[in-house]
Amino acid sequence: MAGMIIYGLINSATFTLMTIGFSLTFGISGVANFAHGAFYVTGAYVAWQLINSIGIAYPLAAGISIIVTGLLGAALYWLVLYRVRGLILSEVIATFGVGVGLMEVFRSIGLSGHSYKLPKFLEGSLEVLGVYVDFQRLIILGVGAALVLFLWLFSHRTKIGLAFRGIAQDEFTALSFGIESDMTAMVSLGLGSAFAALAAITVMPLSLIQVEEGGNVLILALAVGIVGGMESIAGIIVASLIFGFAQIVVATYFNPHYSMIVLLVTIMLVLIIKPSGLFGKFKELEERV
Amino acid sequence: MAIPIQIDKGAAKYRKERLDRGIKARSDTIYALSSYREAFYLLLPRAVTIIGLLILPLVLDEYWTKVIVLTCVVGILALSWDFIASAGMFSLGQTLFFGVGAYFAGIMNHYWGLPPILSIPLATLFGAAFCTVLILPVLRLRGIYFAMVTFVLPQILVRIIAMSGAFGGVEGLSALSPMPSFWVATYLAILALFVCLFGFRKLINTDYGVVLKGIKGNDQAVMSGGINIYWYKAQAIFIGGSAGAFAGAFMTHFYRFVGLPAFSMDYTILPIAATVVGGTGMFAGAMFGSFILVPLTELLRAIGSWRVVLYSFLMVIFIVALPEGIFHYLQRKYHQIERWVTTES
Repeated sequence: MAGMIIYGLINSATFTLMTIGFSLTFGISGVANFAHGAFYVTGAYVAWQLINSIGIAYPLAAGISIIVTGLLGAALYWLVLYRVRGLILSEVIATFGVGVGLMEVFRSIGLSGHSYKLPKFLEGSLEVLGVYVDFQRLIILGVGAALVLFLWLFSHRTKIGLAFRGIAQDEFTALSFGIESDMTAMVSLGLGSAFAALAAITVMPLSLIQVEEGGNVLILALAVGIVGGMESIAGIIVASLIFGFAQIVVATYFNPHYSMIVLLVTIMLVLIIKPSGLFGKFKELEERV
Repeated sequence: MAIPIQIDKGAAKYRKERLDRGIKARSDTIYALSSYREAFYLLLPRAVTIIGLLILPLVLDEYWTKVIVLTCVVGILALSWDFIASAGMFSLGQTLFFGVGAYFAGIMNHYWGLPPILSIPLATLFGAAFCTVLILPVLRLRGIYFAMVTFVLPQILVRIIAMSGAFGGVEGLSALSPMPSFWVATYLAILALFVCLFGFRKLINTDYGVVLKGIKGNDQAVMSGGINIYWYKAQAIFIGGSAGAFAGAFMTHFYRFVGLPAFSMDYTILPIAATVVGGTGMFAGAMFGSFILVPLTELLRAIGSWRVVLYSFLMVIFIVALPEGIFHYLQRKYHQIERWVTTES
């Protein structure tokens, strides 16, 4: 029982980490970044290359990888999305194309196999309430909590964070206050991608770097966003908790293979009962339905 | 961001004047014909497409005929995407229709022993109905949210099949009944493509199609006209989905195999890329695009999986640089006279 709670929490923190960048970008700029999963893989791959090919120390490589991925996200906005802004179909197709293209690039250069593995921050494990948990999983929990706290402080206490929220609430009013819409959207895309890389560096050491992970992360981000309500940090956390615990409970009492069905059924139920998502606002409902 | 406009007064002596040809009235669909020459002018592009496609399998070798079949299948998927998009729904899950159709045909053939002549039409109908029911709860969603859900659905179905091991699991169902003959298969694909192309074009210009286009333009206005848009959207999904399901059912019997690759991302990205390259909203553009992309893919077989990279980025470049697509561009050129005239100074 204690094990289920602890691993459920860790699972939820993992999901929050993976999806928060996507929701952040969507909430602020309205761009659904279908390249989010690809950026997740990019973050891990860049870090791996820096460590293994150039031989940079791990913390430095992780930092550089986060920055590089963030810049890639910003570049995606500046080079592509800037030109099709507001045309939803074009935005989706453009980010989707970049995402699939990027992942296929990784597949083509042979990103698979056991050599592609990121080192853990700390080896070893700890006994919590009679359950052994390795340090990496505890770090995930810590990074997840820190990220949420950081985002809250950032969006409530800093000037650029307030600008983000202004744009998210009403673009035209924000514009009249001198908040530049394009600049904010670019920063939000960069930040979202950087969070994807951060998630990759924190979570990937538990398994191998696989291109398929990109697709999984994207599906998860979409599912969490749909269920929790986009843009709402509380919604993301609640949806992550639902999925995280559902996966553990299903895996313990039934068959781990059923967790995908739980995902599908939850999405469908939420969409039927409350299309704006659990924490979505009414304004959002108008946009969705 | 203000862009300063610079006018070079010395250089601009001539400008290009573009005029619509005489037979084209000031409307997109009405033509005023007054001679056989003008009728010929209108019929030429259509005739070249139909006759050319019917003759191609006779002159090409077997390998390239197979490419033509694949092109037709991608073309049908692209048309289905374009049709659903005409009703204002942007699906990112064409592979859902394809995969469901493929699996229905495979199941009917493998477990119930139905021959292709029964299993393909039945899979088309039931596959489309199944997809429509699956999408029914999310019909209320608009734009991006609809795209997200249609993207997630096939991925989850794949995982369910892979993990539960149903319908052959990861191995899939093989040794299914083949098509009666290679030529029947080839011409069935070509015929189906024509039926979709001309059928959708006709349909979208009827009153029924106007409602669908209205939903895309302004769904609330259509609602205020007392029309149940969800019912129309469901019908549009069924019509578009049956084209996609047919493509899947056809390929099942063509390859004599159905498996998880039926839900592969290729069947989503290729039709959308084809439609974007060809031009959205006109059906002919979608077909045109697939006849550019798929043979190109075959020519580039040597570069392996870089092909997907190529058309992903081709798609991005087109959506940014030439959003109207090649077909719209060519069509405009075909219907216009260009000439240089002196500018008034």
